[in-house]
Amino acid sequence: MKIRECGESMLLVELEPAIDPVVNERAIVLAARLRQRGARGVRDVAPGYCTIGVHFDPLQTDLAALEHAIQAEFAAIETLDAIADRPPIEIPVQYGGAAGPDLTAVAHFAGCSEDEVIARHTQRIYRVYMLGFVPGFSYMGRVDPSIAAPRHRVPRERVPAGSVGIAGGQTGVYPVESPGGWQLIGHTTTVMFDAARSRPSLLSAGDLVRFVAVGQT
Amino acid sequence: MTPAFLHVIKPGLLTTVQDLGRYGHQASGVPVAGPMDSFSHRLANQLLGNPADAATLEITLIGPELLFESETTIAISGAHFEVTCDDRMVPMGASFGVRGGQRLKFGRILQGARAYLAVAGGVQTPPVLGSRSTHLVSRMGGMQGRAVAAGDRVPIAANAESRTQRKAPGLTLPTRGRALLRVVPGPQDHWFERDALRTIAGVSFRISPISNRMGYRLQGPPLPRVHQGELISEPVGLGAIQVPAAGEPILLMADRQTAGGYPKIGHVIAADLPLAGQLAPGDFIEFVLCTRQEAVAALIARERQILRFADLKDAS
Repeated sequence: MKIRECGESMLLVELEPAIDPVVNERAIVLAARLRQRGARGVRDVAPGYCTIGVHFDPLQTDLAALEHAIQAEFAAIETLDAIADRPPIEIPVQYGGAAGPDLTAVAHFAGCSEDEVIARHTQRIYRVYMLGFVPGFSYMGRVDPSIAAPRHRVPRERVPAGSVGIAGGQTGVYPVESPGGWQLIGHTTTVMFDAARSRPSLLSAGDLVRFVAVGQT
Repeated sequence: MTPAFLHVIKPGLLTTVQDLGRYGHQASGVPVAGPMDSFSHRLANQLLGNPADAATLEITLIGPELLFESETTIAISGAHFEVTCDDRMVPMGASFGVRGGQRLKFGRILQGARAYLAVAGGVQTPPVLGSRSTHLVSRMGGMQGRAVAAGDRVPIAANAESRTQRKAPGLTLPTRGRALLRVVPGPQDHWFERDALRTIAGVSFRISPISNRMGYRLQGPPLPRVHQGELISEPVGLGAIQVPAAGEPILLMADRQTAGGYPKIGHVIAADLPLAGQLAPGDFIEFVLCTRQEAVAALIARERQILRFADLKDAS
């Protein structure tokens, strides 16, 4: 574990540099413990794949004490190697056609039929590694390598809210209309983020997700 | 409290509602947003005796024309504009009384890029996740998540108490479109050639035209990497200078995403970010290396400058 300074207002806690469910689970648990600890001056704690960003007000924070708190909490989770069991959250997806304009291209990439791409995408249970990009956007993995098409070289200016995409080994849902470079294979009517809900984001880091094909393709 | 309203006749180039930002939800990917020049935002509030986190209007390069529906007190800080209220000149950096039916017109911009218009009691758009800040890409906060538009009635506090005439000079205005920003090494400075940070010191970077509230793209000398790996996306903070493999370095500003996958060579210190917020595309940035101790000392000095304008009774 390394603690790196990012300017005077943020620390980055680095675990092993890997996209790995156990390392990610440690990052999520460590972030939750630090948030709960509520050290003076800390404004926000956010986990990444294998890192934790600790944002703080440098005029209210004792840096040495904060680093000490991070070390103490890390010692408590260092050997954690079990992933909390949770039921997968199901997201219904209409694949292909106007809902998934890149399904054909992904099928071409994989050298299989569109139905086979759908089968391979719906077959796996994905882990939400982190959220970012826009509110409620989840980076999930790992996608079956055979359909892990790379993102577009030139991103689309507008990707509709609800679009389900693939970018290499990652898959995710665009919660709001935004620019985006992922291969769009389908669309969901599930609302991924609503600031008015008690839990605004449908998904949190560490959640498990299964996509379910609905309607015509 | 029933709100009063500010009627928007012309919106200006980009006028958004901002408070000190939306912290606490970055784990859900919610960006912080907030003012590009947080010091001028706070100063405008301070001039009226508003709390530091009262929402103001951030006004960018071309200012709006606004009609006040009722009497209030305002203060404008940050960029110097020629501002009139029914043909009377409005002083920058001072509180100013307006009556119902009066029109506030922003004219020529003389210095800086972003002005903050505070009203007594603050702009009263509904808070979203604890903040009124507008984040344009997420369509969150402010006027339904967008910039202020012609015909909008922006809710403001009615009959709010405010203090009278106090003057405060601009604290963050760059001269001739050029700013010297202090940086500390970033978390991946070892990905770059040794002394790359020293090399960027003393070189002028030009802010590219595609810069915005999310970040400034910087045109200048290349920053060669010694490490060619891919970085796994990680949380990022305000003021990070991230360097894509090919392309221009990007200085992350108020509307930055919560995470990113580019290595960060350095971080502009918090005390100097407001200066960056007063720059526009085509302006120039020079970097100079400093230590964490200097960064914190500079922030304390800025804080004192702002507190000088607090009411004596508040400061006791």
